[in-house]
Order: sequence, then structure tokens, then C-alpha cells
Amino acid sequence: MDDFIAARSQMALSLGFHIVFSCIGMVMPFFMAVSHYLWLRTENIVYQNITRAWSKGVAIFFAVGAVSGTVLSFELGLLWPTFMKHAGPIFGMPFSLEGTAFFIEAIALGFFLYGWGRFNPWFHWITGVIVGISGLLSGILVVSANAWMNSPAGFDYINGQYLNIDPIKAMFNAAWFSQALHMCLAAFAATGFAVAGVHALMILRKQNVHFHRQSFRIAAIFGCVAALLQPLSGDFSAKDVAKRQPAKLAAMEAHFKTEERASLIVGGIPDAEHQKVDYAVKIPGLLSFMAHGDFDAPVKGLDQIPLQDQPPVAITHYAFQIMVGLGMAMMAIALVFGTAVFLKKEWLKKDWLFKLFAWATPIGFIAVEAGWTVTEVGRQPWIIHGVMRTADAVTPMPGIAYSFYLFTGVYVSLALVTLFMLYRQIKMVDTLYDLPTGIQEAH
Amino acid sequence: MLYVVIVFLWASILLYLLLGGADFGAGIIELFTSSKNRNQTRKTLYQAIGPIWEANHMWLIIAIVILFVGFPAIYTTMSVNLHIPLTIMLLGIIARGTAFTFRHYDAVVDDMQHIYNRIFAVSSFITPLFLGIIAGSTVSRSIDPEAHTFLDAYIFSWLHPFPVAVGLFTVAICGYLASVYLIGETDTPEQRQRFLAKAWLMNWAAVGCGVLVFTAAYWENIPLMHWVFGEIWGILGVGTATISVLALWFFAYRGYNNILRILAGFQVMMILMVATYQHFPNIVLLKNGAYLSLLEHKGNDKTIQALAWALVLGSVFILPFLIYLMYSFQSKDKEEAPVYGDV
Ligand code: HDD
Ligand code: HEM
Ligand code: HEM
Repeated sequence: MDDFIAARSQMALSLGFHIVFSCIGMVMPFFMAVSHYLWLRTENIVYQNITRAWSKGVAIFFAVGAVSGTVLSFELGLLWPTFMKHAGPIFGMPFSLEGTAFFIEAIALGFFLYGWGRFNPWFHWITGVIVGISGLLSGILVVSANAWMNSPAGFDYINGQYLNIDPIKAMFNAAWFSQALHMCLAAFAATGFAVAGVHALMILRKQNVHFHRQSFRIAAIFGCVAALLQPLSGDFSAKDVAKRQPAKLAAMEAHFKTEERASLIVGGIPDAEHQKVDYAVKIPGLLSFMAHGDFDAPVKGLDQIPLQDQPPVAITHYAFQIMVGLGMAMMAIALVFGTAVFLKKEWLKKDWLFKLFAWATPIGFIAVEAGWTVTEVGRQPWIIHGVMRTADAVTPMPGIAYSFYLFTGVYVSLALVTLFMLYRQIKMVDTLYDLPTGIQEAH
Repeated sequence: MLYVVIVFLWASILLYLLLGGADFGAGIIELFTSSKNRNQTRKTLYQAIGPIWEANHMWLIIAIVILFVGFPAIYTTMSVNLHIPLTIMLLGIIARGTAFTFRHYDAVVDDMQHIYNRIFAVSSFITPLFLGIIAGSTVSRSIDPEAHTFLDAYIFSWLHPFPVAVGLFTVAICGYLASVYLIGETDTPEQRQRFLAKAWLMNWAAVGCGVLVFTAAYWENIPLMHWVFGEIWGILGVGTATISVLALWFFAYRGYNNILRILAGFQVMMILMVATYQHFPNIVLLKNGAYLSLLEHKGNDKTIQALAWALVLGSVFILPFLIYLMYSFQSKDKEEAPVYGDV
């Protein structure tokens, strides 16, 4: 394997791994805060059990998220030293603030996990909320660092020199808001669907139904609200991409030729050689509308972008289709669930509803991975859009392929062990949190 | 402002050594404890480090972030030429962190526990070993930016006696710190005796490794003697550290626990001071005689300024909570409250 490809793959693998844990770390504390609140208010022991069961899971995910994040902060230098040498002082501001946010998160987590029965219950509750807020904040900050790579700001690039550096401007670059908003919603949607899905499966299996029904409800509400907002924010992101990275937009849409009244391409197989897309459904004017809010506006195609500056079309296009497709599916499920909650309460007892959610367990996370693929692959061949090429940033050290194989092995085993651990947590719900039968039947 | 950043860098390395080091040391002790007593050791250890465990390795992340934001040239030189030891250290961090968590949160207690324990103990040894190797390499003039062969550029930059000796010394220091900290966590006189014996052993291991470091330095023409004893501050540092070791053993047998911890922390602080003071601000010494200096190889002023503010404001937020966290879990009534991690 070519060292450059190996470095890119290793980066992609590490980030793709970390993002799963960071989404859970950002969102689960809020789910726990809700059930914890319900427990403190109603003193119904089920809610305490849910909080405790979730907090065990979160502790596992948090630890794996923390080590994979630590690895990332070294990997940036290990794999992309030239990039970090120049970019570090410019986009480092969010990372230094993120350090503070992580720290607060870690301290609050210490209070929360070890604080049962030790502190005033409401102080204990607050520490859980702080875990969530600081986690969300660190996610926003790190995404703003990534947004800077997409829309560099806060410096002047003159004759290969990075001058007049302003780290604050770099942090509030043009892309930070749309990306951070979309990412936060994605984290809620993906985690909400995944957690709801697992509990739905347990309900279908008729195990601890009362416990799982309450957990399901909390997760599903969060996930569905986020899933309804997600396409709106995605549309906002797309308009933003059209402005700052026309090459990425063209690749996402497999839009080869610049045209007015550009059509939206759904599905299909992009054929970069002949500059066309086979077997696709075309909706005339819709791409112009999505990108510029006007059915007749011209949309820049790949033909206007020099060949050496074009991102890989096929991967970006497929990834985008997957994200949008799953986004639509999640929105549809959210609408069904909304109908069930507000109009058709009897649906909430039906197996098909839980089956739907059980099937949807992984789709949020698949959409997250696909979305990041769009963002990162769509930025190629640049590591800093328009300023530095990824190929010029890579480490001179040979043999990165071995490092990639090694880390692949590590991440695959970590993923397997984490799943195994989670399976054992769920299996133990019966023994740890079973209710006296009387209570279960009363509900 | 630059000095504010440098102080934070130094302090976060020190705190990582003190808190993270004790945490590594706990694993190292486990590695060298007879299987009969291992369970007891493990329990004592978990009570002591559990709640602050997540916070400990944050110091390393802070140090890295300061390096790549404030001193990018230093960060990149280290990342390129010390790629291999850094990678091994990372693998150690991954293995340790996950094994520690898994063994306490695995809902089912069975044979898997042995595997977690083994991984935890071994990686507790490897991680500080390579941390020390990295630190040793930066000052031993073995990093050669002009090297042409793979071996010169990426292997001999770190694989030679001095860094390895520093690595072993770091391991011993961690073990020493942990055993001194844990003396105060014991419940029975007999356990106390056990940890005292361990601390004693680790104390001598550290002295032995220290001698090894000086020997390796002498052998490789690294002016360590001059750095340490060349100036009044170095002599003073070594002198007070030595006195405090004697004081520590004086108090240890009389049952003062907190004084012990303070003294052990003081000794490590002195070691770090002596090791960094003389060649400050040059933290990476290269083969060709050049060096990377904290005062010269820094980011631009605006970045340093912003970084300094972020660090100061961050610590105003963080320190009170961190201290309260440590204080809350210090109190001896640990057993009474239901500790959820033990369910
Ligand atoms: C649950 C996950 C999820 C779902 C359902 C969607 N997205 Fe998304 N999308 C992400 C998760 C995501 C992400 C993984 O979080 C990304 C990667 C970078 C980012 O900021 O968010 C992303 C990026 C991303 C980008 C690129 C932004 C950039 O490069 O700056 C666009 C244009 C969209 N999305 C558009 C959409 C549209 C039109 C959707 C309609 C349904 C949609 N997304 C659903
Ligand atoms: C966690 C979510 C993320 C995922 C899943 C992700 C995914 C990827 C992928 C797939 C690549 C490889 C692209 C290619 O080479 O074709 C990549 C590259 C990279 N990403 Fe991300 N990314 C994420 C977030 C970030 C963030 C927050 C940063 C930095 C602040 C970042 C920095 C980089 C760098 C430096 C590279 C290597 C250079 C490049 O290929 O352009 N990524 N990432
Ligand atoms: C979009 C991408 C990312 C998001 C949303 C994100 C978010 C998070 C969150 C919420 C955590 C808390 C730990 C947890 O809950 O598991 C975390 C941990 C961490 N992340 Fe990321 N992260 C991203 C990418 C990165 C990148 C690119 C780096 C490094 C350059 C990084 C470095 C870290 C570090 C060092 C930790 C450990 C902090 C701790 O000990 O708590 N993250 N991340």
C-alpha cells in the first residue's frame, strides 16, 4: 500500500472510529439527565435504574472515546507534520478551548459516576448536565477546527508564507456555524435512533419491558426531534458548500457540466471518464434551487474546475446519497413516531413500531460516517482548501502502511470488545435492574 | 505572555507526571505484586484513582495542544523523528485506558478479568517507559533532521542507552509515587506495612535507575553532570530532594500520610526542575548542534496571546472543581457510601 494512501486511510479510520464515541459522549448525558430528573421528581425507581444502566454504558464509551481522541491529537502530527507546522498556530484556538471543555467534562463525569448517594441529589444531577454541555461544546469546537480546513480564514497566504495570523477569526470561519449545527443535530439523531433501537429490540423480546419502554421513549423523542430538523440544517449546509467549495458540491451531486436550471441527480453511477451519470433519476431545477434558492440559477460543474483540483467524484456522490437517503428515512420514522405520540396513542403498543425502530438502530451512525466522508473526501485534493495539498502535508516517514495495518487491528479489536461489553451490560439488565413483578404488571 | 504559556506547559508535564504517573505506578505495582495480594492492591488502587482517573490524562492532552498551537516546529520535529516511540506510547495509552475501564464496568465478572488485568499491568509499564524514552531522546542530540537512512532518522533517534535509561527511571518514579500515595489509602496496619515495603523497594529502584541514567549519559557524552550540578539551582534541587527523601522515611514510620504525598510530589518536581532548568529554553537538542527553543521556535504573537488567555481562563474554571473533586473523594468514609462502580 502506498504510504500516502495509508496515511489518509489511517486518519479516516481513526476519525471514523472516534466520531461514534464522541457522538455518544455528547448526547447520552442529556438522556441520562432526563431520566435522572424524572427519578428525582417522581421517585419511580425505574428512572433511577435507567440512569444507572445508561451511565455504566457511557463510562465505557467515554473511556474509549477519550483514548481514541488522545490518539488523534498525536496522529495529526504523526501523519500530517507539514500541515500542523503551519496550521497549528492558526486553527489551534478551538483545540485549546476544547482542552478546557474536556477537562470540565472529565471532572464532572468523576462527580457524576462516583457521586451516587454522596452529594445533594440536585448537585449530583447538575454534574451530569455539565458533562453533557461541555461534551457538546467540545464537539462544536473541534468541528470549527475542521470547518477552518474547509474554509480557511484568519491569515494571509502570501508567497507561501502564513502572515497576519488571527486565531479568533480562524475559529469563527465561514463554515463553522453550518457544520457545528449539522453535527450537533446529527449526534442527537444518530445516538437517539441507536439507543431507541436497542431498547425497542429488548421490548420485542419481552424482557424487562417496563424498563425498556421508558428508556425507549426518552431516546426516541430526542432522536426524532433531531431527525426532523436535520434535513433543514443539511439544506443550509449545502447552500454554504455551494458558496465556499463549488468543487465539493459538484462532486456530491456528480454534477459534471455547469448549467442553469441544474437538475438534482438521485442515485446513479458516476462515470468520471465520460463526464456523465448512468441510471440516475434527474429532477430538473432542483439542484439550482438547493444550492442557490432559485430554480434557474447556474450551478458550477466539475468542468470549470481544473482536473488536478477535483475531488474523487464517485465516493463523494455515493456518500452524499447515502446520507440524504438515510436522513429522509429517519425523518419519515420521526413523523410516524410523532403521529403515534400525538394522534394515535395505540400505535405505541404495536410491535411494528418497535420493529421499525429496531431496524433503524444503525442508520443514524451510517449517515454520520457518510456525511463525514462527503466533507473530507469532497475537500480533496486539499488539506487546507485552496492553500495546501494533502500530498504536501504527509509525513516523510516511510512504512506508514504498517502503521495503518497495526491501527486497523487495534480499532477492530477495540470495536469488538466494546460491542461485547455492551452486550454483557444489556444481558445483565435482568439481574441488576429487575423490578418486583407487582410493579411491572401495574404499568 | 510567552512565559505564561511556558509555565503552563511545564506545569502540565509536571502534573501529568505526578497524577498520571501515580496512576501508571499503580499498574506497575500490580505487575510486581504476588498474585496472593493482587486483589487487595487492586481494590486500594481503584478507590484511590477511580474518580480522578478521567482527569489525569487530560494533562498530557493539554501539553500536546500547547505544543502544537504554540510551538509547532517542536511538535512536528518530535512527531516525525520520534514517530515510532510515540506510536508505541499511544498503543500503551489505548490498551491501558480501555483495560482499566473494562475491568470495572464489565457487567459479568469472569475470566475476562484476567485478560484486562494483564493488559492493564503490562501497558502501565510500557507507557511511562516510552514517555521517558521520548523525553530522553529530545535532549540527547540523537535527533537528526538531515539523516538519510531509515535507521538514522527514525530508529537511532531514540534507541540508544540514554533514552532507555531515562525510560526505566520514569517507570521507577511512577512506581515510587504510586506506592507512597497508596500508603495513605490502606485500612489495616499490615497492608500499610506492605505498601511501605513497596515504596522502599521503588525508592531504591529509582536510585538504581538514576545511576543508570548518569552512566549512560557519561558513556554517550551527554553533559548531564554539568546540567545537574553545574549551577547552584541544580545542586540546591538535588540537595532538597535528597533531604526530603530522608524526611519522607522519617515520617513514613510515624504514620503521617499527607506529608508523605507532598514530599514525594516535591521530589518529582525537583527532578523535573533539575532536568529542564539548565538547558531551558532549548527543549529539543539536535544532532547537528542546533536546537529548538521555546523562546525562538514559537508561533506568532497573536496566537501565543490567545493561547495564554485560553489557558488562564480555563484554569480559573477548572482548578476549583478539580480540587473539590479530589477533596470529595479523599474523605475516609469511602466504604459507607454505595460506590456504584463496584456493583
Ligand atoms: C445523522 C446523520 C446525518 C443526516 C441524517 C444528514 N446528515 Fe448531512 N452530515 C452529517 C450527518 C448527517 C455529518 C456527519 O454530521 C456531516 C459531516 C460534516 C458535518 O458538519 O456534518 C454532514 C455533512 C453534510 C454536508 C457537507 C457539509 C460541509 O462539507 O461543510 C452537507 C451538504 C449535508 N450534510 C447535507 C445534508 C442533507 C441535505 C441532509 C438531508 C437529509 C443530511 N445532510 C442529512
Ligand atoms: C470525526 C469526524 C471525522 C471523520 C469521520 C473524518 C473523516 C475523514 C476522512 C474519510 C478522511 C480521508 C479523506 C481522504 O483522504 O480522501 C479525513 C482526512 C482528514 N481529516 Fe477528517 N474527519 C472527521 C473530522 C475531522 C476533524 C474534526 C479534523 C480536524 C480538526 C479532521 C482533520 C483531518 C485531516 C487533517 C485529514 C487528512 C488530510 C486529508 O485527507 O485531507 N477531520 N477525515
Ligand atoms: C467532528 C469530530 C469530533 C467530535 C464531534 C469530537 C467530540 C468529542 C467528544 C464529545 C469527546 C468527549 C469524549 C467522549 O465523550 O467520548 C471527545 C474526546 C476527545 N477528542 Fe474528539 N471529537 C472530534 C474529533 C476529534 C479530533 C479531530 C481530535 C484531535 C485532534 C479529537 C480529540 C479528542 C481528545 C483528545 C479527546 C479526549 C478528551 C477526554 O479525555 O475527555 N477529537 N471528542
